Amino acid sequence: MTTNASTLTTSASSVKRSHRRISVGKILAWFILIVAIVVVLFPFWWVIRTSLSTQRDMFANSASLAPVGPTTINYARVLGQVDTATAIAAGGSGQKIDFLLYLRNSIIVAVLTVVGQVSFCALAAYAFARLTFPLRDQIFFLYITGLMIPGIVTLIPNFILIRQLQWQNTFFGLIAPSFLMTPFAVFFLRQFFLGLNRELEEAAKLDGCSIFGVFRQIILPISLPPITTIGILTFVTAWNAYLWPFLVGQNENVRMLTAALAIFRSQTPQGAPDWTGLMAATMVALLPTLLLFIFVGRRIVNNIQFTGFK
Amino acid sequence: MSSIASLEPATPRRPAWQKRWFGPEARVAWLFILPSLIGFTVFYAVPAVRGLLISFTNWDMLTTPKFVGTDNYTKLLSDPAFWDSLGKTLLYVLLNIPLQTILAVSLAALMDRVTKSSLIRGIFIMPWLLPPVTVALIWLWMLDPSLGFVNNVLRTLGWQTLSFLGSPTQAMPSIALINIWQYTGYTALLFFAGLQTIPKEVYEAGSIDGASETRMFWSLTIPLLRPVLAFVLVTSIIGSFQIFDTIAVTTKGGPVNATRVITWFIYDYAFGRFQMGYATAIAVALFVILIAVTIAQMRILNANQSDLA
Repeated sequence: MTTNASTLTTSASSVKRSHRRISVGKILAWFILIVAIVVVLFPFWWVIRTSLSTQRDMFANSASLAPVGPTTINYARVLGQVDTATAIAAGGSGQKIDFLLYLRNSIIVAVLTVVGQVSFCALAAYAFARLTFPLRDQIFFLYITGLMIPGIVTLIPNFILIRQLQWQNTFFGLIAPSFLMTPFAVFFLRQFFLGLNRELEEAAKLDGCSIFGVFRQIILPISLPPITTIGILTFVTAWNAYLWPFLVGQNENVRMLTAALAIFRSQTPQGAPDWTGLMAATMVALLPTLLLFIFVGRRIVNNIQFTGFK
Repeated sequence: MSSIASLEPATPRRPAWQKRWFGPEARVAWLFILPSLIGFTVFYAVPAVRGLLISFTNWDMLTTPKFVGTDNYTKLLSDPAFWDSLGKTLLYVLLNIPLQTILAVSLAALMDRVTKSSLIRGIFIMPWLLPPVTVALIWLWMLDPSLGFVNNVLRTLGWQTLSFLGSPTQAMPSIALINIWQYTGYTALLFFAGLQTIPKEVYEAGSIDGASETRMFWSLTIPLLRPVLAFVLVTSIIGSFQIFDTIAVTTKGGPVNATRVITWFIYDYAFGRFQMGYATAIAVALFVILIAVTIAQMRILNANQSDLA
């Protein structure tokens, strides 16, 4: 409404008006931005605050913004560092929990997935981008079709396959579906390789370099940025996955953080959930992502801008 | 390429097709794609076909599967619970997508006009990187009916407290809000990137013509942002149709089936009741629905055309 009115006024006054409105608008804009930042960040503080509170005291003083009866006992017990009696006294259910072990499992799965998927997808992507072989375009088209299949469609047959192979509760079973490829990683890297200048490769070939030599000595070094990007995305996807680890890896020795959190949550009593313990465990699961974010956040931000809608 | 080929001595004994399939370059290429081809065949192609086959059987994973033809699909069409779960899924999409898109576009416009600080952009995409399970747990606690932080605030303001995830009517909006919290920043960053592709001259021309900021937003920014808008809407609606983790950790389809979306429905049949045939039939149905939704959206949004010619 006001918009229409202001466009009808004479140009001179509208310039003056819009000048004033920008400064008022700027303050309002900053205010909204700050509110948005608080909404994003506050829950993290609430996790920290809860995880550092004493269970019993927290119920009495649930509104306090600071930790109530500050303690590190919750971390000690979710990391499996105290005996059962102490854990129960601090509000635990008495079930064995060892988030240090689950952290190790998550790291193993995520790292193996990144190493396998990125190497094999880079090789495949290079072949699709640069080499000539029969059925190349048809196979690539099939991969792209695979991008469109919803996860839940292949989930059930994949689960049955892993069961038949008796790979349940093994790291093999956890990483198998994404170790060799995901259609997205092949697609993403192929797009990048297609855009590279061919001249360097041709020169190396004339010098008698083999195809693998060209790939290793010329393509890989200049492709580090997109390879790192896909590596980070693969890591985050593997780290965050919930349903597959929950179905395939419930056993303690391979249980990942996400599955462990869901199991922890279902073990805690309905009436008085073990919130301090749950939040300490959540913090353990968040920490690696937050660290990753501190180190590569800028790269992630820039890459989304660059490739987000390719 | 051609120069190397001409230097090589001709090999007339080898037929052309053999060279094409097993020549030096083709052989290396096969080796390069072999791991990915195995991965694709074993974990994508075969499971997709196998899923389709299982959907024509009744199978509890213990006994041998029994072929039942299209029984599962006819059962599906007349199963009120299936239609109910489809309705719940649509409800979720409607609660999630419009609000999230509006918030994201506004946030992107704000960042574009007010600050280009990459720290602030970074803060906004942080939730997107987190495991959905942790986000669900954090909000389960924030929204706790008695001790949750949000209800503390409501109480302090003298308002009535809410049950959020514990109430059949509030559960789905709560799930939608949780996911809006997680994904708005990422979506905003995609829009922000789209805004950077709009040339400054367009706005200069607009302001010379005396258009206000709001006017320029609606008449210039939104139309020029259409390709990005189309991409974001298509991918986020498809993602939203497959919401699972948040519900699995918080409400498990409840209370009273209020959040029993289609993926939860499939999960429940497959791993709760071990009716693999029926579960895969629903999954196939979901696949068909998603393809239809995607095609419809592409048509409506004219995704491939930009007004920035």
